[in-house]
Amino acid sequence: MIELIGELGPLLVAMQVASGILLISGGVFSVVGGIGIVRLPEFYSRLHGGGITDTAGVILPLLGLMLISGSWLVAIKLAMIMFFLFIASPSSSHALAKAALSWGIKPTLEHGESVYVENAPKATGDQR
Amino acid sequence: MNHVLTAAAMLVLVTMTLAFVRAWLGPTIFDRVLALNMFGTKTVLLICVAGFLIERTDFLDLALLYSLMNFIGTVALLRYARYGTFNDSLKDAGT
Repeated sequence: MIELIGELGPLLVAMQVASGILLISGGVFSVVGGIGIVRLPEFYSRLHGGGITDTAGVILPLLGLMLISGSWLVAIKLAMIMFFLFIASPSSSHALAKAALSWGIKPTLEHGESVYVENAPKATGDQR
Repeated sequence: MNHVLTAAAMLVLVTMTLAFVRAWLGPTIFDRVLALNMFGTKTVLLICVAGFLIERTDFLDLALLYSLMNFIGTVALLRYARYGTFNDSLKDAGT
């Protein structure tokens, strides 16, 4: 599946270089999303950090892996995984934001007012 | 190429650790659901990269299956957090 560099021509070398660039940049986007989800101050901001990870952090590495896949079957399976994650992860984020809004968590507005702390449910099982 | 794949897998592991930190710290249940969703997505990516490192094509089937399970698990957890129960009939659930 993985060819040696330089053995089969400059096109394959270019594809492997492009694959490496895509993989590393996808990893960097994932780490940026991870730092965002830890350091941002409020739930809806963290949702954006998760969204960065779910879209760019998935599309770029899987595109990089598709470039170095040896057979068409592997590339098609990777395309299926990419398509499903691209559809399902933002849907989960949207459902999460809608559930949080209907629970009562309000986003922090421009001048800092928010009812975040008072209305936030704690993660215990006996809420109902 | 193995070095690039190992570096990408290390970056994905760092992201998973950061998501776990948010799952530990998050004051509300929604922060934890978000962190778990991100953890599952990164697990799928880690399985794909590990499959290319080990040079077996079977890992991609595992990744596809786990992405489906992660999606269903997140939606089920949100339903429980919203209604307090897993019932299908909404008259048993709270508002």
